[in-house]
Amino acid sequence: MSGTHLGMPSFPEAARDAVHDPTLRGNLRHATHTIRDKRARAVAELDDWARLREAGKRIKDHTLRYLDRYLVRVEEAVTAAGGTVHWAADAEEANRIVADLVKATGESEVVKVKSMATQETGLNEALEAEGIRAYETDLAELIVQLGGDRPSHILVPAIHRNRGEIRDIFRSEMGEWGRPAPEGLTDTPAELAEAARLHLREKFLRARVGISGANFMVAETGTLVVVESEGNGRMCLTLPETLISVVGIEKIVPTWRDLEVFLQTLPRSSTAERMNPYTSMWTGTTDGDGPRTFHLVLLDNGRTDTLADEVGRQALRCIRCSACLNVCPVYERAGGHAYGSVYPGPIGAILSPQLRGTGSEIDASLPYASSLCGACYEVCPVAIDIPEVLVHLRERVVQGGPAVRQGNRVVLKPARGHAAERAAMRAARWAFTHPGALRAGQRLTSRTRRLHPRTLPGPGRAWSGSRDLPEVPAEPFRDWWQRTRDGKDGAK
Amino acid sequence: MSSRERVLGRVRRALADVPADGAPVLRDYLREHGRRGADETVELLAGNLADYRAIVHRCTDAQLPEVLMRLLAAHGSQSVVVPPELPPHWLKAVDATRVHDRAASTPQDLDRVDSVVTGCAVAVAETGTIVLDGSPDQGRRRITLVPDHHVCVVRVPDQVVSSVPQALERLDPVRPLTWISGPSATSDIELDRVEGVHGPRTLEVVLVEG
Ligand code: SF4
Repeated sequence: MSGTHLGMPSFPEAARDAVHDPTLRGNLRHATHTIRDKRARAVAELDDWARLREAGKRIKDHTLRYLDRYLVRVEEAVTAAGGTVHWAADAEEANRIVADLVKATGESEVVKVKSMATQETGLNEALEAEGIRAYETDLAELIVQLGGDRPSHILVPAIHRNRGEIRDIFRSEMGEWGRPAPEGLTDTPAELAEAARLHLREKFLRARVGISGANFMVAETGTLVVVESEGNGRMCLTLPETLISVVGIEKIVPTWRDLEVFLQTLPRSSTAERMNPYTSMWTGTTDGDGPRTFHLVLLDNGRTDTLADEVGRQALRCIRCSACLNVCPVYERAGGHAYGSVYPGPIGAILSPQLRGTGSEIDASLPYASSLCGACYEVCPVAIDIPEVLVHLRERVVQGGPAVRQGNRVVLKPARGHAAERAAMRAARWAFTHPGALRAGQRLTSRTRRLHPRTLPGPGRAWSGSRDLPEVPAEPFRDWWQRTRDGKDGAK
Repeated sequence: MSSRERVLGRVRRALADVPADGAPVLRDYLREHGRRGADETVELLAGNLADYRAIVHRCTDAQLPEVLMRLLAAHGSQSVVVPPELPPHWLKAVDATRVHDRAASTPQDLDRVDSVVTGCAVAVAETGTIVLDGSPDQGRRRITLVPDHHVCVVRVPDQVVSSVPQALERLDPVRPLTWISGPSATSDIELDRVEGVHGPRTLEVVLVEG
């Protein structure tokens, strides 16, 4: 992953800021609860939800099992449809490819539709270093970019900003980037959205290069799919002459028909809508309609390392709906920034340490940023057993063991005695000592209860007598470990 | 070693011990939700379109020219983009200047046009979605994106399906497809929904019988 967030404080330190920021906590609470309730209603409309969820899981598992085959197929199909396919083993290579492609067009600015893959690679910064300005066009990303900030939620990246702050950012920063905010801009959402429309419109209309990610790519047809709400995606995908899409290799589905599952589960899980306002699908290039040149950059950047992990690979099923964030009691209190990566919340807690390894304090602490309450698993539309992966990653942090890093087999050392271990333990304590998080965590389903550690691993034992953990019964680490591992083995 | 070989090699090594996955995906989910006659499906489409703030109108084929004339007049449109093969009688009563989309016309040209009228490829009742596939009665993607007012004509019940699975069956993945469910929207500011960001801020759907 990019170095953007390196040097991040570990989870509990970063979370502390959020906990002490009442505005942020209020925004987060309002936002996560609103989406959560709406989502439940949208899901309840489909009485075959459980079967769609299972089919989604199976399709993704099958794809991952034959990922090499499907990657080659998508390459063939995109090439046959007039596109050019590039392969990037890591973030740096992806950024290099994109920068070179942009430079070859002679342009020095690009419009971007929100893409987690390019945030992950730190593309904007890499382009800037080459003298290319990347304009984010998703409203929330625009707010984040103008505010010199980082996203804090997958779906609502500016969830940590309220309307007054957004107005102030628009007033002071829009002029620096292009068309200034209208005179007398107030803080009503409609006026703010209108200001964004006007600010971005001139950029869309003159843009010659667009950059996107994709929600899905279909191996048999070479079709890419972008799901969005505002229409900035359509602008970036259809008006420029050159389109460059950077897509993680796990975004493949084998067949056109497979979309029938995800186009039902994704919108309902993410924005709680029957269908999001706009979905664009394109296959290579089309004469006379849309970009004349299309490049697909297939991104690895730690995904194959994740694939090599028997338990952890299920994280690659993720369709980035963000439902797990909205139900997570720890996310609600800690905020997205505490996770120190572009992937916040429960999915971030299992994805970042796999994509980046558990060497840094932040990554070693992430598997502990959870009370293992299991709500994330319950809502996940592709049934990723996040608690199972968290427990597995904790084992890796505490005990070390074999893993694959950048394609090479390595044996990780136990974190014992290192800064990483201390960070991890602080994160565990943080998650356990926040009464709200714990209360929510106690409404456990019987299924996940067995994954719930009643005491802290490793040195955490020493805390069990402290006043911070009154509800945690003393249990030797060894026993806890044995028990949770048995639980894990029995789960599948 | 090329990055292609490197990535594929890593994938293959990662999967070396994983057993084969021969079982086909069980597709025991529903092809559609609930049982409805053709009329009820059209009703559901109308209801769901309106629920996501599209403005829905219903008329017969004979009434269509007048309805379109009224809609464009009510919107105050001076000009309207016309896809290459829109049925000619649709716009015969319209006063607004017809603008034909030409290969050379720029996004700025389109930005000066008030409205666009198109047909569609298929409409999905359960989700309140219309899908455009770039056929000659719909034109290229940009003409339904840049103008601020989109009027989309759906022939009912022929072009209406119940569900997403049924819609995908009817569509050709080779064509550029745009699925539209209500006007563009954002909930990025404190989760308050605001309709109309970058796409057409007004979406009107005319359901035409016969
Ligand atoms: S892990 Fe599941 S719930 Fe969370 S974002 Fe991914 S798909 Fe959605």
